[in-house]
Order: sequence, then structure tokens, then C-alpha cells
Amino acid sequence: MIVLVIAATIAQTVFTNPRFQWGVVAQYFSTIQVLGGLLATIELTIVAMVIGIVLGTLLAVMRLSPNPLVAGISWLYIWFLRGTPVLVQILFWNFVSALFPDIGLGIPFGPTFIHANANSLIGPFVAAILALGLNEAAYMAEIVRAGIISVDPGQTEAAQALGMTRLQSMRRIVLPQAMRVIIPPTGNETISMLKTTSLVSVIAYSELLYSVQTIYNRTFQIIPLLMVAVIWYLIVTSVLTIGQFYIERHFARGTARELPPTPLQRLRGLLFTFHAPPAAPSALPPGTLGGPR
Amino acid sequence: MSGLMLRADKVCKSFGRLDVLCGVDLEVAPREVVCIIGPSGSGKSTFLRCINHLEKVSAGELWVDGELVGYRQAGGKLQELRDNEICRKRSEIGMVFQRFNLFPHMTVLQNVIEAPVRVKRQERGAAVDRARTLIDRVGLSDKLDWYPNQLSGGQQQRVAIARALAMEPKLMLFDEPTSALDPELVGEVLEVMRRLADDGMTMIVVTHEMGFAREVANRAVFMDGGVVVEEGEPRAFFASPQHPRTQQFLSKIL
Repeated sequence: MIVLVIAATIAQTVFTNPRFQWGVVAQYFSTIQVLGGLLATIELTIVAMVIGIVLGTLLAVMRLSPNPLVAGISWLYIWFLRGTPVLVQILFWNFVSALFPDIGLGIPFGPTFIHANANSLIGPFVAAILALGLNEAAYMAEIVRAGIISVDPGQTEAAQALGMTRLQSMRRIVLPQAMRVIIPPTGNETISMLKTTSLVSVIAYSELLYSVQTIYNRTFQIIPLLMVAVIWYLIVTSVLTIGQFYIERHFARGTARELPPTPLQRLRGLLFTFHAPPAAPSALPPGTLGGPR
Repeated sequence: MSGLMLRADKVCKSFGRLDVLCGVDLEVAPREVVCIIGPSGSGKSTFLRCINHLEKVSAGELWVDGELVGYRQAGGKLQELRDNEICRKRSEIGMVFQRFNLFPHMTVLQNVIEAPVRVKRQERGAAVDRARTLIDRVGLSDKLDWYPNQLSGGQQQRVAIARALAMEPKLMLFDEPTSALDPELVGEVLEVMRRLADDGMTMIVVTHEMGFAREVANRAVFMDGGVVVEEGEPRAFFASPQHPRTQQFLSKIL
């Protein structure tokens, strides 16, 4: 009851306070500039998460390697990238050309084969991707590692006893089972990443937040334009949440005897019971256990 | 060592300061069925795991089918084999675990064809055909597309045996295969093992099933304190054990 009252009060404020300027929200909600920013945000999220997941999985496997050097490199990477703020990393990658004006590929202290100017190679997009993706990898590595060690060691033993190599058993046996533990926090990370991309506005990359900032710097309609961003962030987050449900369901194979129904199936089930004729209570003799009360 | 399927020569294994195996000597001929019995902590399972190099021996030598397990002799020194060589040798030895260790995200059929397809690079169709035959032999041809957790313990262990057999091993290791089963499910697994023995498979079975040891095994081996205390033809072994520790152990469980 109290919750309802509070909810009603909030709803009243949101819809009747004229300073929200819902008209302005509607006006800018689907302009090219906002949609472009939204697209950039989604693109950043996807690319950064892909880098994070792939590199994070590699780091997790390295971290669990019996080779101390390989495990050590992974530990060092995670220590460094988790130990510094992501905002600092974004700024760092943006200004990395000041540190290394020339980027080349070659033998250390020997000849260089490929030369590139750092300034032209690392623009705001590349800087944003590097910063977000490499930072995410450090967190994903720990999530994947948690998933891997949650799998019964007997599984690795069985795979090894069949003659599978460490990588084969990791890819075919351990990781698919680790997924059940990895997916929920990864969904979390993806949603978190969607919002973290807004930090990239500091290096003037026009993702969603920077796009609305550019508009309100011109029109001074700060609140309604922030509302535009808020609503878009909520919409994309909701879509991601739904996606997560289906991915989790896919990896529950073989663990639950029966998979949880999808919302669609649940709806169908609900409709079906509505259409079903009500059970005839008279069929049961009065006083029977479980009969009508 | 010629002609022997397994030769263990003073095999020792310690975990830190804990000595689990202290010089195990054992020889197993091809087509022989050997049951290893003994109190828990006597090193039976560890010994079994050393045979396919799931554990590295600390000292002594293990030979399977004339080849040193896990190492190569180079100029009088032992060199550990590379991973892929260890894997290839493991693929020739089947192992069945106490807790089945089926892959829960794969169906019965997928469990059985996984290693033949991935490790032996068998063509998928051929692997499926062979898997069907094996699953039929353990009496589960109606459960091909079931997941392990939809099966009883006994059924899971029979699938695990079929999975090991799919690699066409020359030696089968059983690590207390019936210890995690409800009593009424033990029989079906022992029956499968009995038929396997009749078909001439070389088997080393760590077990607490004295009846099985007596009837199926060619030899019973009693381990205690990390060494083989006594071994012999099963009927004589169970009827009149020689060593006092064997007598003591058998008197408690028979």
C-alpha cells in the first residue's frame, strides 16, 4: 500500500511537473543526432564486450595454466587494469600518441616493419574501444575464472582420461558447463558497459550522452534532453535483459530436468487454462481429501 | 616386461609430506582381470590414477603394454613426455570413475562419441554407429538422447563404461565403479563388467564388491599402507588369506 502511494506520487510529479518538458523530449527523442548517438553507444557496447569476453576468457585460461609465467602475465594484467579507474584509462588511450607518437611492428631493438602515426591510428573511437574493451577483459577474466573453477574437477579428469588435451577439455567440456555461472554476471557487465560508454563523452566521442549534451549546450533544455538519454538507456537495457533470459535458458541444458517456460509459453499456458473447461467438482464424493472446500 | 599389459616397479607417490604409495609392485597380463581391495586410504585409487598419468609417480616405474607411463628414457635419464604424447597414451586406457563423471551438458550419444570424434578424429557417422552398438551392449539403446541427470546412477555408470569402450582401450581401469550406487543398482553395473571380462578385456578394478572379485577376477590384490600386501587366486585368497593384515581386513567385511 505504501509502495503504491509512493509510486503514485512519483508518477504524478513526472507527468505533471511542466519543467520535465515532455514535448521537448518527444521532439528530440528520435532525431538523427540522438539516434546516431544511440547507435554509437550500442556499437561501443558490443565491440567492447566482444573484446572483453574473448580476451577475458583467454586471460582466465592463462591464469589457471600450470605454467607460472603464463599465469603471472594474466595476474599482472588483471592487477593493473582493475587497479586503475576506467575514466583514467579512457583519457590515457586518447592521449597515448603523446607517449608513443610512432607505433611500429617489428623486432625489439631491431628493424621495424610497419610504421603508423599514433595520432591518426588512435582516434576517439579506437581509444574508446581500447579503453573499454581492455578494461572489461580484466573483469571478464575473473568472471570466466569463477565459472571454470565452479565446474566439478571430475569433468576435467574424465576428459583427460579419454585423451583430450587441456584446450580440448576446456573448450568442449569445462567452458560449456561454466557458462551457467558465467552468463548472469556477463549480462550484468553488458548492462553496466552500456552505461559506462557514457564516460567516453569526455573524449568528445559522440555516443548517446555526448549527442544530447551537444544539443542542450545549444538549446539549454538540459533536463528534457537528459530524459531522452535516460529513456533510451532503459529501453536498450530492457532488451538486453530479455536476451539474457534466453541465453541462460540455452545453457541450462542437462542441468534442470525441465527448462523454465519462456514468457510466450507462459502466456500460451495461461490462455490455455482459461479456455479449458472447469473441472467438475461433483465428480468427487463429498469429504474426499483434496476435494472442493 | 614383454607381453605384460602392466608392470609396476616400486611405484611411489607422495602428496607433499604424505606418502600414499610406498613401492607398489604389480604385474598384469593381457586379458587378465585384477581386483584391488583394501581399506580406504591404502592408495588403491591413487595407484589407478598413476597408471594413466592423472597423477605423476614420485619414484619407481610404470609400464603399460611395454611403454613407460608419462616419461621417456633418454640417455639413462627420465624425461617427461609432452602433453600430446601423454594424451595419446591416455586415450588407449579406459577409465571409469566412482562418480561417473558423465558430461552433463551432452546427451548419452554425445557423451559416447565425443572422444572418438575429437581425439581419434573418427568420422562422425562411423562414431555414431559404433556408439549405438556400445550403448546397446550396456542395455540403454532407448536412452540415446537423454541427458545424464535424467538417468539412474546405474544407468549413468553403464553409459560411462560405454564412453570408455568407445576409445577401444587395451586396458580398462575401474575406480570403485559401484561405490556411489544404491544397492539395488549395483548388480546391473557388475553384470556389464562381467560380460566385458568374458570378452577378454584386461581390467584393473578397485572395488569393495567381494563377490565380484571372487567370481570374476583372475587375481585379487590386497593393498594397505601404500604397498601390495598380498595377492593370489581369488578363491584361495578369500578362503585362506596368509598375511595377518589381510585376515584382519577380510574378517571385518565378510
